[in-house]
Amino acid sequence: MSVNTSKLLQKERKKILELWMKNQLADDSLRDDLMTNEELRVQSDELLTALTKSVNDKNLSNHQSSDFDQVFEILSGISITRARQGYSPRETGAYIFSLKDALLEVLQDEITDPTELFRVSMGISRLLDSFGVTTFETFIKGREEVILRQTDEITEISTPVIQLWDGILGLPIIGTLDSSRTQVVMENLLQRIVETGSSIAILDISGVPAVDSLVAQHLIKTINATRLMGAECIISGIRPEIAQTVVHLGIDLSNIVTKATLASALKYAFSITNLEVRKTVKTKTTF
Amino acid sequence: MIIVLSKDAMAIQKEQDVVPFRNRVKEYAVKIGMSLVNQTKLITAASELVRNMLKYGGGGSTLIEVISKGRENGIRLTFADKGPGIKDIPLAMQDGYSTGKSLGLGLPGAKRLVSEFDIKSTPGKGTTVTVIKWKNG
Ligand SMILES: Nc1ncnc2c1ncn2[C@@H]1O[C@H](COP(=O)(O)OP(=O)(O)O)[C@@H](O)[C@H]1O
Ligand SMILES: [Mg+2]
Repeated sequence: MSVNTSKLLQKERKKILELWMKNQLADDSLRDDLMTNEELRVQSDELLTALTKSVNDKNLSNHQSSDFDQVFEILSGISITRARQGYSPRETGAYIFSLKDALLEVLQDEITDPTELFRVSMGISRLLDSFGVTTFETFIKGREEVILRQTDEITEISTPVIQLWDGILGLPIIGTLDSSRTQVVMENLLQRIVETGSSIAILDISGVPAVDSLVAQHLIKTINATRLMGAECIISGIRPEIAQTVVHLGIDLSNIVTKATLASALKYAFSITNLEVRKTVKTKTTF
Repeated sequence: MIIVLSKDAMAIQKEQDVVPFRNRVKEYAVKIGMSLVNQTKLITAASELVRNMLKYGGGGSTLIEVISKGRENGIRLTFADKGPGIKDIPLAMQDGYSTGKSLGLGLPGAKRLVSEFDIKSTPGKGTTVTVIKWKNG
């Protein structure tokens, strides 16, 4: 006697859900700190309903069938959300695999014919495995999005413009100066020049590992923009090996003021703004 | 005669691949005891060539080899792309020549920074650049 998988699962949906919830709540890795049990039930019910509606004996052995599109969509949504919420891959995997356990248990209770039990169990098992793979794929995608966003944030915060003195700004550049980074650096710098009414900006490249022609072009572009704003730019932190490399590369920095250290750049900035730093001599006063 | 001591391949497809590649080159340069100046020259040349591969060749593959010739050890880098190729190599090798609105110093600059430089290109087929930096070169 052949079993109608679709009918069976729809009929037993409530029971499967109860079992699945029981499995999930019994699991040590349940994150009730991230999601309430009620939310978990709603989410689980939605996925299970979509699954019982779409599965039948024809597509049971064909996971690529477009019948499962909705299930995969819901599943992807769940995995992405979980990745963002900070679930581990194990926790996300446990979610789908505990559904498999519940399904297989119900099949065992309901199907008496061993051949049919084997056929349907195998089909369900494979289908759920492919759901598992999907969860991992989308989980990783979700994490990658997090990483990309963090990269953007790092770019943003790693280019601070600091006021070194009245009228003198400092801009420590750390890492590689690529095109998108240059844009951020330049915007920050120009805005701060206006805000503070500064006349000198010191770009410190001590933290830039290599100055190739692209980085040089970006530096020159930033300097030109600064000049247009009526401010002067000094590059500091040019290490000896960088200096030699830049010369061999053929980059012309002759009309740019360059200094080996931030300290010497600051000194130079003081001198052109007619500032002087002096050691004070304390004289003891006697009465 | 050149003996290859180790080989390491790395595919370059996006801008984010540049820094890891450069770091990998640096690792090998440090491993063979290359001086800081030569390391910096090598990774700067590598940076230029890998960027060209991305910008003009649509990405490609790189090979980092530790080589030895007689008593001298060195690093050989190969950059191969299947992009449009370069029609006039002597022109592309000129300082300041660029079809990409950049400084035009990548190819000639890289040549000056390394010990040996070789470029082969077939229009429509792709470009392969090979450079060697000897440890004390
Ligand atoms: N891998 C490549 N494939 C195709 N064309 C290239 C490649 N590398 C360089 N070129 C050509 O050679 C020119 C000079 O390159 P380069 O010296 O690095 O200067 P830039 O990158 O500033 O243009 C490029 O503008 C480009 O037309
Ligand atoms: Mg170039």
